[in-house]
Amino acid sequence: MKNILGREIPEYIEGYGKVTQFEGVFKHAGIKLKKETKLNSVTPNHEKVLKSLEVVLEKVQLRDGMTISFHHHLRNGDKVLNLVVEAIAKTGIKDITLAASSLFPNNASLIDHIKSGVITKIVTNYMSGPLAQEVSKGILKTPVTMHTHGGRARAIESGDLHIDVAFIAAPTADEYGNISGLYGKSACGALGYAVSDAECADKVVAITDNLVPYPTCPIEISQIYIDYIVQVESIGDPAGIVSGTTKITKDPVGLKIAKMAKDVMVASGLVKNEMSFQTGAGGISLAVAAELRKHMNQHKIVGSFASGGITGYIVDMFEEGLFRTLFDVQCFDLQAVRSYVSTHKHQRMSASMYGNPDNKGAVVNNLDIVILGATEIDTDFNVNVTTGSDGAIMGGSGGHSDTAAGAKLTIIVTQLMKARLPIIKESVTTITTPGESIDVIVTERGIAVNPKRTDIIEKLKSTNLPLMTIHELKAIAEKMTGKPKAIELSDEIVAVIEYRDGSVIDVVRRPL
Amino acid sequence: MKRLRRTMLFMPGNNPGMLQNAGILGADSIILDLEDAVSLTEKDSARILTREAIKNIDYINVEVVVRVNPFDTEFAKEDIDVIARVKPDALMIPKATEEELEAIDKILTTIEVEESFEKGSIKLLPIIETAYGVENVYNIIKSSDRIVGVLLGGEDLTSDLGIKRTKEGEEIFYARNRVAIACKAMKVDSIDTPFTDTNDFEGLEKDTRKAKSLGLTGKAAINPRQIDTIHYVYAPNAEEIKYAKRVLEAMEEAESEGKGVFSLDGKMIDAPVINRAKNTVELAMLLGLM
Repeated sequence: MKNILGREIPEYIEGYGKVTQFEGVFKHAGIKLKKETKLNSVTPNHEKVLKSLEVVLEKVQLRDGMTISFHHHLRNGDKVLNLVVEAIAKTGIKDITLAASSLFPNNASLIDHIKSGVITKIVTNYMSGPLAQEVSKGILKTPVTMHTHGGRARAIESGDLHIDVAFIAAPTADEYGNISGLYGKSACGALGYAVSDAECADKVVAITDNLVPYPTCPIEISQIYIDYIVQVESIGDPAGIVSGTTKITKDPVGLKIAKMAKDVMVASGLVKNEMSFQTGAGGISLAVAAELRKHMNQHKIVGSFASGGITGYIVDMFEEGLFRTLFDVQCFDLQAVRSYVSTHKHQRMSASMYGNPDNKGAVVNNLDIVILGATEIDTDFNVNVTTGSDGAIMGGSGGHSDTAAGAKLTIIVTQLMKARLPIIKESVTTITTPGESIDVIVTERGIAVNPKRTDIIEKLKSTNLPLMTIHELKAIAEKMTGKPKAIELSDEIVAVIEYRDGSVIDVVRRPL
Repeated sequence: MKRLRRTMLFMPGNNPGMLQNAGILGADSIILDLEDAVSLTEKDSARILTREAIKNIDYINVEVVVRVNPFDTEFAKEDIDVIARVKPDALMIPKATEEELEAIDKILTTIEVEESFEKGSIKLLPIIETAYGVENVYNIIKSSDRIVGVLLGGEDLTSDLGIKRTKEGEEIFYARNRVAIACKAMKVDSIDTPFTDTNDFEGLEKDTRKAKSLGLTGKAAINPRQIDTIHYVYAPNAEEIKYAKRVLEAMEEAESEGKGVFSLDGKMIDAPVINRAKNTVELAMLLGLM
């Protein structure tokens, strides 16, 4: 049946279950229940440090069919996920559900484990590289469930996603399980994506390459959640860990887009004292931050907070006094880690605090402006950040849908055409974020505002900005590129895209 | 609407990506280059690509200029023939002499008739980049009615003179002066030579201010990032606009009182001051600064 966005979504999906259809950004709000967590209470002489991963797997009683989880704070430098899955494969255990908050190119080794049946299901918020390519070809027997960052926290806390064993890569851990991301050779800063896992999983294991005497200080994740600790040679490659941030774009087109985005923000009236702001880590997003920084300095504006995955650029703005505090769910680079270590005004937010729609109020609800990207946008303003121009998975919402839902002003910055393809289409291949939550599209050729936002349209009319309808923007693109052929898709569903509230907003069908 | 020519941005004529984006980079004019930016083996493909770009891309609100190869090369005639027929706004002629410009003018007239274009609609911008060019700039401008401006080419000029080209630009002081005055006398635009250090924005601003102070009406850019700085220099600042408005208000008041001359802040205001004030206000309104 077709959901309200016109997507063909079956009522029941094999390997996923019964589908709750997406009905609108805030349609599923209401009374929510937190799950009960089972835990083993311990007596004072309980030893938590174990000799090896093999012993760990025994002690946690890992069985066929269980769900294991990992955070992605070590990004493409992470070694823990592959290490653990390797160890599990050796024990002969099969049919594992992998609930990793994100998967990167260095997780390509999972492909073999999928083919051999060790891993039969994946739940994640973001996937890229060879693994994503293969999954898009249908190597998993079940579709991948894709969450948003906030939605994953929701799923874990409500019990929708039950985790048997959470493996938490810990840059520092003490002998009783207190975890910190601040110090150690693999320091990565805030551990926002590990918190719900630690609080709700049946068993929690800290895997560290920096085991320290008890107690470590400060504590990011408390000993009260940790069952066991094991030390390994290295949990991650520092070069890969802090490679999250790109550089501000030098491309004149990108810079023009950034300037226009700044003009939109200023025209909206939201750029003023106590404002809050979030932007991504990509080249154009950072250029927007640079433009905003210039403006805030010129007009002596002090914001309340900047949030998100925190980059060195945002830290620079913070240290210049442009924001009173930072809310950090993950540190994208060493500059961010350093800042996080040095001041309590650079605060961690867990993924739940960041964007869970089912708690008493996430940070995204307090956000004034967010700058986001897109691989595709359609004439209803629906945005795709999950699949690429070939229909294969190359990303995922991450915090996209969460911030778009919460922010007062959601701006998508993108070139109108990438390579020879127009970004604006009749209908996106995959809806990640619904048009209802998207306000403005800024491209180098023109700016389109969601017709629902008559207030923004009015404000932009009195500027010199090239305001036009999204159809006009699409026409400009197609005049240059021609109309692209539709991607041919099979009927086989390889991924289920869950909106942050647990409803299904779209599916990814295997490209032919 | 009066078109500004504060910046003229050079773009290589054989780069499709740049040709596609040239129009939205903020420059008042774009110069699609078939000459120095293009190697000898690429001259023909650049010509074809530039032709197709002009035919198919909508360069909204931007003056489209094509720098063809020097008239004495084997490429020039083909460049002019192919490009003129897709109706660019102007052709830019390197190392132009009076004789060459007269010849090109005739060729363009023939083409305009053949293609049923409005006569004289394709303009010319000679480049003054030799000692001969500097000394004869006045005659060069007079050689064709199509000439709407002149570009001063500092690099080639200093090369012709066998002297060093510097950031400070003392060596081209006379050339800048002469070109600015000749162009003003002939009521055409004078475009300053580009500033070649694309990472030095302070230096770019200084150089642009120098050019502006000598009367040059615009500046060539070789990188899109230079455009904002050049426009900033060529825009009236808030104080200049305020003063200009006051001059015009005082003028209106004086007129209503039947006074022929008047003073403002103790200074007598006469025609040149009033004209400058009118130009400032007009430019400010055009730029959306008022």
